[in-house]
Amino acid sequence: MKRGFWILAAIIVLLLPWVGNNYFIRLATIMMLYCVLALSWNFIGGLTGYPSFATAAFFGLGAYAGAISQGQGVPMYLAWVIGAALAAIFATGLGLAILRLRGHYFAIASLVVADVLREIVNSTTNLTGGGMGLNLPVLKLGVDAQAKLFYYCMFGIALLTIFTAAYVMRRPLGFGLGCIKQNEDAANIIGINATIFKTIAFSLSAVFVGGAGAFYASWVNYIEPGDVFDILFAIKPIVMVLLGGAGTVSGPIIGAIVFLILEELVWRNFLTFHAGVLGLIVVFLIFYLPDGILDLNYRRWFGWRKN
Amino acid sequence: MLAAVLSRRRSLSEHISMLYLQVLLNGLVLGGLYACIAAGFSLVWGVLNVINILHGTFIVIGSYAAYFAYVYFDIHPLVSIPIAAVILFFIGYALQSGVINKVVAAPVLTTLTLTFGLDLFLNNLLIVAFKADYRKVTLENPLGVLSLSGITVPIDRLAAMALALLLTGLLFWVLDASRVGRAIVAVRMDREAAALMGVKVKKIYALTFAIGAVMAGAAGSLMSLIYPISPLNSGIFLGKAFIICVLGGLGSVPGVMVGGLALGVVESFGALAFGPEHAVTLSFIILILFLLFRPTGIMGKRGFQ
Amino acid sequence: MNPILQLESVTRKFGGLTALDEVSFQINPGEIVGLIGPNGAGKTTLVNLVTAVYGVTRGRIFFDGQRIDGLKSHEISRKGIARTFQIVQPFPKMTVCENVAAGALFAGGAKSVNEAKEQALEHLHFVGLAALASHSAAALTLANRKRLELAKSLAMKPKLLLLDEVNAGLTNVEINKALALIRSLAERGITILIIEHLMKVVLALCSRVVVLHHGQLIAEGAATDVVRNPRVIEAYLGAHFVNQRQKEN
Repeated sequence: MKRGFWILAAIIVLLLPWVGNNYFIRLATIMMLYCVLALSWNFIGGLTGYPSFATAAFFGLGAYAGAISQGQGVPMYLAWVIGAALAAIFATGLGLAILRLRGHYFAIASLVVADVLREIVNSTTNLTGGGMGLNLPVLKLGVDAQAKLFYYCMFGIALLTIFTAAYVMRRPLGFGLGCIKQNEDAANIIGINATIFKTIAFSLSAVFVGGAGAFYASWVNYIEPGDVFDILFAIKPIVMVLLGGAGTVSGPIIGAIVFLILEELVWRNFLTFHAGVLGLIVVFLIFYLPDGILDLNYRRWFGWRKN
Repeated sequence: MLAAVLSRRRSLSEHISMLYLQVLLNGLVLGGLYACIAAGFSLVWGVLNVINILHGTFIVIGSYAAYFAYVYFDIHPLVSIPIAAVILFFIGYALQSGVINKVVAAPVLTTLTLTFGLDLFLNNLLIVAFKADYRKVTLENPLGVLSLSGITVPIDRLAAMALALLLTGLLFWVLDASRVGRAIVAVRMDREAAALMGVKVKKIYALTFAIGAVMAGAAGSLMSLIYPISPLNSGIFLGKAFIICVLGGLGSVPGVMVGGLALGVVESFGALAFGPEHAVTLSFIILILFLLFRPTGIMGKRGFQ
Repeated sequence: MNPILQLESVTRKFGGLTALDEVSFQINPGEIVGLIGPNGAGKTTLVNLVTAVYGVTRGRIFFDGQRIDGLKSHEISRKGIARTFQIVQPFPKMTVCENVAAGALFAGGAKSVNEAKEQALEHLHFVGLAALASHSAAALTLANRKRLELAKSLAMKPKLLLLDEVNAGLTNVEINKALALIRSLAERGITILIIEHLMKVVLALCSRVVVLHHGQLIAEGAATDVVRNPRVIEAYLGAHFVNQRQKEN
């Protein structure tokens, strides 16, 4: 039943660009981007229990790495790989430094990193265009064709993320991360090298986000520091995972979809106040879903066992 | 004749040391204000274990209160502090008892995301109400400038700094000497024990949060003399509050003063060395360094004394 | 025969407090050694040092001839030392079986999660918890939680097992069952160091006893001898009592 559902969903996703207009294609691309962000955060936040707010830092870093590479003539797809790789390397280094901290201090440190990176980008104008932003070469394709191309590329990135998440959760790595989340001292005592496991989780939380950031830069053709290092890129994935349930593959995906729907409704109806309404939604969600909105319902509807 | 001329002109090294002294003084004056910014934040973090993302927005509200009091009622910002204080007290108390109290025992993730959401809402309200444009309080009758052998400081700023330190000291005294203050400290040390001894914990939490908001509002009033006022600035103030708490050590008022003064001096010299636009980056980097190597801060201890 | 565990002048200070002071002793393979002493003597600190919960201030620790005092906890676990905690530390959101499987997977050599779960069932059987395998670890009774700790430690295939007050809070019946279980562990070839308050357990199980007091090793030897040692009696009951007894004799 479960597998059949996902195959059906995949087929729908594959066919969507041919039946929807560009608006829907764009929306669906964003939805898959959100899935990537949510699943990525899940590695460090959901599985390992470390409240990371670094997603914005990784996204922005990937975006600028990709944009600068493309500006130097690097082909687009390679630029995305560079974005992903740079984000992962950065996360590894950052992780070795801040994963020692627990609770609030870790959260703050991860939050501050995005601000620091943004300021650095702002001031190295020669390389990054500073506050004036960076333009990316536009593809020589028609609007419709571009929309479809980017859609399928995002789909590819999302599939990569999903398969990685599923793989990790089945292996000792996922099991060990769960142990760390519940009792890090006990995890150390039974032979888990918590430092290495946490660092891997942190890097995993960065690699696809970095790639998505580079993708985003190519997709929108213009980025600026305040845009790609926006703290909302750190908050939204957290809310999505809280919505859909941490620790599974389907949870973050469902959470991302529901969140996007909510966000679209808000955008359409509250132009000047959309940030405020988003804030209210976050507050509401925090109160009424300690563990995931659909945790109560959808699993029983589909007859799935709780993970 | 030559000797007379030479002895009257200041030497290069004297110029430099005067420059450093000026920069130091600027930093200290700024630092006193910074201490007030962080005092409320540190209190809430230390007692409720909640990192209050709204703190920056509270400061901005305080600044607006001072701005409008001056523009419409000719009240000098240093005098309008009580207005800002009262406004923020009610906002803070309402928020805490209505919303935040419900998640006080929750993990970091929940409380942080919650205060983020609340801040998004409140900040957006401000933008809609007052627009994002930067406003400034330009005093018609500034109190003048104090000058001492070449080093100058505007008296308004000096007064603001003095008031800031006074308020912070007042907070310290309240915590130490009053019944309510002792109750707050007790709750911080051991919530269950305090409850067993008859302390109404939820009320204390609401009160603590409200006091934190009041400090923020007061700081905002004072800051209106120096910083441009806009909802967009809330993040900057919040960032400074973080850094000061980590630099000075969480949960102690002396720590907040030390942290505030330290940050002021660091920013002042940082602006001198790297240019004002990099001063912020520098302070963030120092924050990260402290988090890594000395999370308990310069003073090296936790807890309210 | 080489000792399996050897402590050389091990010292641990916390600020001004000396928790362990130049403690030296060794444990031979196959022994069940008791570690006794009044509260605050430093027994748990000693176990924490062996398992690298914190590091030694001075001194050296050897396991199977290898120096371990600089290593990290997880490395030591993989070398073959397992321990239980006085206040039991399960993984609360996992089942009983998963808890034990964690030990098998990360220190016991199982190569996959499924293999670890199979091994876990065997160990659960051994300690008598097989019926509760799919229950949540957080819902167990105290006695069962102690057995879970034991099973988890067993899953790590240890050569040396450090038991910290396994009998605290158990009824007499439960203690007797625990005794039998520990004896069967020793029969499997596992060397055991047991921190214990109950004299009857010490006398029943231990071939040798080591006594700590104020962080110092004050006596060592066969259980029956140590119990009569005046210094030991003084440590537990005070000098006055010792003088009384001497006058009476």
